[in-house]
Amino acid sequence: MNQVDPYLIPALDGVAYGLLLFVVAAGLVLSFGVAGILNLAHGTLYAIGAYVAAILSDGSWLALLLALAVGVGAATAGGAALSGMLAPVPRGDHLTQALLTFGVALAGGSLLVMAFGAENLPVRVPATVDRPVDLAGHAYAGYRLVFIAVAAALALALHAVVTRTRAGMLVRAAVDDPDMVACLGVNPERVRLGVLAASGALAGAAGVLGAPIIGPGPSTAATVLLLSLVVVVLGGRNGHSSVVATLVAALAVGQIQTLGVALAPTAAPFLLFAAMAAVLAARSHGLIRRWSPA
Amino acid sequence: MRWLIAPAVLAAVAAPWLADPYTTATLARILVLGLVAASVALLTGVAGLPTLGQTAPFAAGAYAAATLALHSSSVGVTQLLMGASVGAAFAALTTPLVVYARGVVFLMITLAIGELVVTAASRWRSVTGGTDGLAGMPSPRPLWGLPILDTDRARYLYALAVVGVVLCVVVLLLRGPAGMYLRGCRDDEARMRASGHPVGAYLAIAYIAAGAIAGLAGSLLVTTQQYLSPADFGFDVAALLLLGVVIGGAGSVVGAIAGTAVVLAARDWLSGLLPGRGPLLLGALFIAAAYVLPRLRFMLRRVVA
Repeated sequence: MNQVDPYLIPALDGVAYGLLLFVVAAGLVLSFGVAGILNLAHGTLYAIGAYVAAILSDGSWLALLLALAVGVGAATAGGAALSGMLAPVPRGDHLTQALLTFGVALAGGSLLVMAFGAENLPVRVPATVDRPVDLAGHAYAGYRLVFIAVAAALALALHAVVTRTRAGMLVRAAVDDPDMVACLGVNPERVRLGVLAASGALAGAAGVLGAPIIGPGPSTAATVLLLSLVVVVLGGRNGHSSVVATLVAALAVGQIQTLGVALAPTAAPFLLFAAMAAVLAARSHGLIRRWSPA
Repeated sequence: MRWLIAPAVLAAVAAPWLADPYTTATLARILVLGLVAASVALLTGVAGLPTLGQTAPFAAGAYAAATLALHSSSVGVTQLLMGASVGAAFAALTTPLVVYARGVVFLMITLAIGELVVTAASRWRSVTGGTDGLAGMPSPRPLWGLPILDTDRARYLYALAVVGVVLCVVVLLLRGPAGMYLRGCRDDEARMRASGHPVGAYLAIAYIAAGAIAGLAGSLLVTTQQYLSPADFGFDVAALLLLGVVIGGAGSVVGAIAGTAVVLAARDWLSGLLPGRGPLLLGALFIAAAYVLPRLRFMLRRVVA
């Protein structure tokens, strides 16, 4: 066999991992870009979805659909509740927002451990895809292929919503000029509520679907938050292309976490760092200055 | 509040004779974290750059000083210099990542840097000992020819002296033009630029200086705790420091130490109150602080005025 062959499986894993990170990070970009809120409880919303998947899944498609409905519902409600809690905090007060969302993450993580125990829970995937698939001579987990297809469809749908619908137009307008959007008669409170609820829905969906990849456990929230933060930093916020930029960044982080570790195991801890440094250094001063100054 | 400083210093010096060795060691740890909080206050309050990443140079300085202590020098001053220079070098290396960011973007990038450092510390086993941590660092002597700091009381007093000196230097510097430039950048960056000030260079210098302070605190951590693990530099530590700084009044470097002491005492008290429920109560404390503090500060201002 040729030299590429041993790296095919890690590369494919990287695509699955990257698409998972994209769905989570898209939620973070939304709350960060539109509402200006760094939501430190975002990983906790993912963990809620993952726990729901672990509890409800019994190996049937119906159970997965049910878990998806419950998980997305719970995480959406969580995002909306967060928006309510953030309502008394002034928009520009990043420190108080960070303290508040961190408190929610800490208390929420502790409640999840109290409810589901301190062990990593196993997650069952639907029986029809719970078997290896033959892929160019390699056995590959069937569920991951399904996940790649579903997450890719989700990414396309998200792109379509942001670029083609009225809600997406509102989101882009709020990123560009929130004050003008408010002047045009759109209530900023409702924008924040909608954005945080949608961001929670994305995290919840990622949690339910991605539970077999990044499973529910005490450290899930922190891992997911860190990786999606790196994706957001790498993806930047180039106006209208932010969905595409986030997708590219997420796929890159996915490859670094799987293919990079397979290629250079000793350098693994520093690869994410190096990637962040390289991208931020390569990006010109002007581009970064377009990031929100407030 | 100024009249409080003299009694506070007196109490801090007298504390190791009044408390048992365990409490003394805890107080020393609070002093060390307080110094890191002072570097957070320098960036967050004075320069207007909210940070969750000062645990990164703190960790870099601590591991550098621990390596030095384990393999060659047991002199405190060299360890402090090692920690400070490695912390400053770490900050200098990460400056390009942060210097153009402001506000919530700065918060996000520094958080990513801090988390990546913790991840690296738990995986780079040959230097950091991984999640098992590093132990067995010998107690240093403060200077060549002085006796070894072999009691908790001696190590506490050493930490107190170092923290005192560093704080005095920082406060004096901030009273001069350096402090005015940084506050200017915080309050009206456009105006500073228009007046011809190199704002980016000022903020980069502040970031590197804060890195040096945090790295120096890292080497003090090696002395006072004699044990290092990645958990000492986690995200929750960064958040506790930020809460301490906010409680202390973000612009005050001395207040940051007091705020950190309050937060750490509250954390230990809460986890003793309901064993196993510490994180839940601490989370509630953060949420409560987010609501109460702005109001409290407003009321204080009304009372003072």
